[in-house]
Amino acid sequence: MTEAATVDARPARRATRITPVSIFLWALRIAALAIILYGSYLSISSGRLTASQWRDLFVFGISTGSVYALIALGYTMVYGVLRFINFAHGEVFMVGAMMAFYVANALAATTLWTSSPVISLLIVLVAAMATSTSVAVIVERIAYRPLRGAPRLIPLITSIGASFTIQYLVRGLVGPSTKAFPRVESLRGTTEIFGLVILKSQVVVIAAALVMMTGLYLFVEKTRTGKSMRAVAEDPETAALMGIDVDRTIVKVFAVGGAMAGVAGALWGLVFPSLNFFSGFLPGIKAFTAAVLGGIGNIVGAMLGGVSLGIFESVGPSLVLAGYEIPAFSQLKDVVAYAALVLVLIFRPTGILGERLAEERT
Amino acid sequence: MALLEITGLSKAFGGLRAINGLDIYVDEGEVVSVIGPNGAGKTTFFNLVTGMETPDEGSIVFDGQELVGLRPNQILQLGMARTFQNVRLFPAMTVLENVMVGQHARTRAGLLGAIFKTPSQRREEREIEERSKEVLSFFGTRLAGYRHDQLSMVLSYANRRRLEIARAMATSPRLLLLDEPTAGMNPRETIELTELIGRLRSERAYTIVLIEHDMQVVRNVSDRVVVLDHGVKLTEGSYDEISTNENVIEAYLGRPAEMGA
Amino acid sequence: MSQVVDAPVPVEVELRPAARLDMRRAVRLGLSGGVAMVLVCAIGMVAAFQPRMLIDPILPMGTFFLYLLPLIFGWTASQPPPTLEGFEPAKTGARNILAGALAGVLGGLCVGLLLIVITTWDLRGVFINLSPQLAEIISFGLPVAAAIPVIALVAGVVGALGGAIHLLSPRPRRATMSALAWVLVFSLFTDIFGQLFDALSLDFVIDFLYTGRGGALTIAGALVLFAVFFAFYWWLGGRESTLRQRVQAMPAGRRSRWQIGAAVIILVILYFVPRIMGPFVSQILVTAGIYLLMALGLNIVVGYAGLLDLGYVAFFAVGAYSTAILTSPQSPAFSPEISVLASIPFVMIAAAIAGILVATPVIRMRGDYLAIVTLGFGEIARILLNSEWLAPYFGGAQGITNIPDLQIGPITFSTPQDYFYPVFLFVVLAAYITYAVQNSRWGRAWMAMREDESVAEAMGINIVTAKLSAFVVGAILASFGGTLFASQIGSVFPHTFDIVVSITVLVIIIVGGMGSVPGVVLGAIVLIVLPNLLREFSEYQFLFYGVLLIVMMLKRPEGFIPSRRRAQELHAEELSQDAWLEIYGEKGLEEKVPEGTT
Repeated sequence: MTEAATVDARPARRATRITPVSIFLWALRIAALAIILYGSYLSISSGRLTASQWRDLFVFGISTGSVYALIALGYTMVYGVLRFINFAHGEVFMVGAMMAFYVANALAATTLWTSSPVISLLIVLVAAMATSTSVAVIVERIAYRPLRGAPRLIPLITSIGASFTIQYLVRGLVGPSTKAFPRVESLRGTTEIFGLVILKSQVVVIAAALVMMTGLYLFVEKTRTGKSMRAVAEDPETAALMGIDVDRTIVKVFAVGGAMAGVAGALWGLVFPSLNFFSGFLPGIKAFTAAVLGGIGNIVGAMLGGVSLGIFESVGPSLVLAGYEIPAFSQLKDVVAYAALVLVLIFRPTGILGERLAEERT
Repeated sequence: MALLEITGLSKAFGGLRAINGLDIYVDEGEVVSVIGPNGAGKTTFFNLVTGMETPDEGSIVFDGQELVGLRPNQILQLGMARTFQNVRLFPAMTVLENVMVGQHARTRAGLLGAIFKTPSQRREEREIEERSKEVLSFFGTRLAGYRHDQLSMVLSYANRRRLEIARAMATSPRLLLLDEPTAGMNPRETIELTELIGRLRSERAYTIVLIEHDMQVVRNVSDRVVVLDHGVKLTEGSYDEISTNENVIEAYLGRPAEMGA
Repeated sequence: MSQVVDAPVPVEVELRPAARLDMRRAVRLGLSGGVAMVLVCAIGMVAAFQPRMLIDPILPMGTFFLYLLPLIFGWTASQPPPTLEGFEPAKTGARNILAGALAGVLGGLCVGLLLIVITTWDLRGVFINLSPQLAEIISFGLPVAAAIPVIALVAGVVGALGGAIHLLSPRPRRATMSALAWVLVFSLFTDIFGQLFDALSLDFVIDFLYTGRGGALTIAGALVLFAVFFAFYWWLGGRESTLRQRVQAMPAGRRSRWQIGAAVIILVILYFVPRIMGPFVSQILVTAGIYLLMALGLNIVVGYAGLLDLGYVAFFAVGAYSTAILTSPQSPAFSPEISVLASIPFVMIAAAIAGILVATPVIRMRGDYLAIVTLGFGEIARILLNSEWLAPYFGGAQGITNIPDLQIGPITFSTPQDYFYPVFLFVVLAAYITYAVQNSRWGRAWMAMREDESVAEAMGINIVTAKLSAFVVGAILASFGGTLFASQIGSVFPHTFDIVVSITVLVIIIVGGMGSVPGVVLGAIVLIVLPNLLREFSEYQFLFYGVLLIVMMLKRPEGFIPSRRRAQELHAEELSQDAWLEIYGEKGLEEKVPEGTT
């Protein structure tokens, strides 16, 4: 039977059978694209919003997006090392925002708030960072560390529990009422940068987020600790063999993620001056979307993903939904965010930059 | 016409060409061993054949049917079942259930049948159980009696390997792909398994392709040996032919002394 | 070595003394317990529970829950270390009590610290519950300086009691703990027992046990209850075999007669439950039943097929809204006004379609992403139902009202008591489906998929069909819950279908035990019935769920009543038994293992 080897070599091909599922997914993809494009066409051609209004939406999107990006860093870094979705990270952010609110409120009663806003904002920032960092580390210690090596869904369920626990603890501690961040007088009004008229608070948010993200990037890429984090993300067992204390590195990852969430919490107060115990949930989900959009496990990706999601969310409703003349389309703002989440996870689970660690690890 | 006919098969992971233009055939009733040093692409070859990975190029024809593009379950349906190098059972299911799952593709009862306990469903369920017990009895007392209801995770290593073969047998395949069936076994168990592979052919008439590192096993069971290295076929032939082939010795065996063992 | 092989029992070697109880651990646990006690105070739980008396006049509920913590932490801190092979079993003694007391005292001191903080500063601007009333409660009305030693002492004594539990031998321990638990149950659920004794015309029992209808237990009542239950459990503990064992030992014919008899008795009792318990408790039972129905459905999706669906509430909403649209005259766009019963087939179709629509995009998705996407679907559904855009179809925030009652033939179900029966019927149906499917071709396919998806596919299972069917079965069961809910409440509003419903259902199956029907039933009772009966508690319900999720995952991921297979997963020692057998086998001995060793 040796002649079998000479049987006609079929032309090399890459056959993929068409299944109902793939047809469904393609239909979904095309429908989503068509809805977005046609809606955009309708609303742009209607000329409902002026160019400067579009620009405002865009800038607003960038500023909320940078907050998402800061939160997304925590998701993406934790996912990078532990391969699980830290559902409670939104609550870490919320706790930071709460602390920012109370410190700001206390400072607003003093003269420091008006005389030197920069120092007071820094105090607020540090307080929020410290709080979020501690909460993140405590949650890791109590709820996640004992579960190393457990099946993937177990830490996810635990983190849902942690999320509920933090939410309702905060609710019990400070009450369910909605809090309003005090106004920062010197940040009212607008300023002009590169010929663009921008709200001052948005400038502060974007600038602060940029500084933090650059700092984090340098920290992860250049420092010893950052290197050990990357090593653990790549392969924890080998990292441990190389003398890296994996547990301590993981704690540091949670701490850094928590600190970024704390910054996000403090900045959140400048953009959206209302806050309650449930405020962490939605930004958390959106930041997770941003992390996936940018390619989970990828720090630069989280930044890109956050900003793109912010823009999409801010411009999207006016661009797409308004085009179809949907009444009260602002009600559907969160649908846009969730739709983005669902579409990203279905069609681009590796994100814009692709998952840095494609290999599945159990 | 060979039972399994592979031509021009290629697969790359990133820059690494795991399989590169591979041509392999397997005739009905043959026992073919695939050997080669670690990283030669043996397991990738199995993954491609069973549809768990999609080849970049090439064709795989099984019994006249092109397999490229089919899902693993469709390929199994055609009569090909495998075991895994790192034993992948369903740990929280019992021994019997593991084997019963193997017959999924050969049975047809639906959910409504189970809910309404239709006569045909009950009959089929009985047949599945009987057949599973029959398959397990192939392994003598090893997987018999009280072991049926043990979770597969509590089995010893060697028994897990046996159970994996049983599960593959339960799918009523024509071709069995065994990925290092004796890995991690002690010498006594290895001898037992070698006999078992012989019985698989003589009693059950399976065509078998196995990946194996243990040269004694290879010599004892195979009609033909295919040597892979870096994703290409180095040579093929009877055990005696390849054991004297200089290329093989150089690439894989290194020390001829080991061969005589 | 040969000695080992010859003797089935390992060689007798001198056992080494067990490790001593770790006092540092007691300190650590005491401080954690202290933090927990402070938090319980600071979230207002103690003050909220305080007005309710458990045992009049000595034990208010707030104080009880506060000092339950040192009991638990004292018990944990004094737990003897596990017996390791080659070591003697740990001795219990004064050291256990000491560890418990230490943990308790530390906890008490933390509360003392809180007391100082509250009385020194007014922090109510931030922590709204740190009020003078709270200080009054935790100080037992004493001045601060005197209160702190008292608190530490009380907590220490309670902790020591927790430690002392380990000193009791099993029989008195079980009897004591069970009797205490029953006293607690009688004191917490006074309404239920009031109703019960009322219906049985046993007014004098109420008068003796309680200070009045819905009141607290009297001291005498508590003592008598304790004595009665202690005696009962003492007797239970003394029997040689349990009832279950005896029933199982019976010949088949007699056993099945016994089982049928038991089933009949249970059904008769259940028939009278809503009548005896009145509308309030019946309403809670109906709610719990609807949750149970959903939990059984989610159990198939998560417990069997391993697909973590966090948007499960969407299927509940599909059921409720389909029924509402088909039956209510108020349905805005389309209102055929058919009966609730007639709507059920359509509801099933709608749920199946919804299940397929949700499942199809997530078929090739990893487990954790699947969880998040389904969560997204659930939220999208809720927001869309709430939106003005779709208000012409679904009524927007105003919902759909005027949904008729369920009517089967001449019987109309209107009160909560009436609804108990159909809900019960559907729960039984769902439980039956769960059992029937478990040992079937698709049930095995789901479990195989849960264990290892790619291997399951390589073993011939069509993953697409398996996932779709799991989602569809789960969706249909949840939609039944929706139908019953809609027709019982008479209206549907979008805000009902919140993410917390999905999480609650998830908590039910996790607490009870994934894959286990009795476990899920227990989960629904503990998580739905209890918080609703204890009105003071409802404020803290979700906090309780969150903590429970964490604790269960850390300590008992298989749930309280695990399914048979999950219980077996814990029996790792069988692995070593197997290893022994291999050694025998190698030496040429055949495996001689009697049937039923497992």
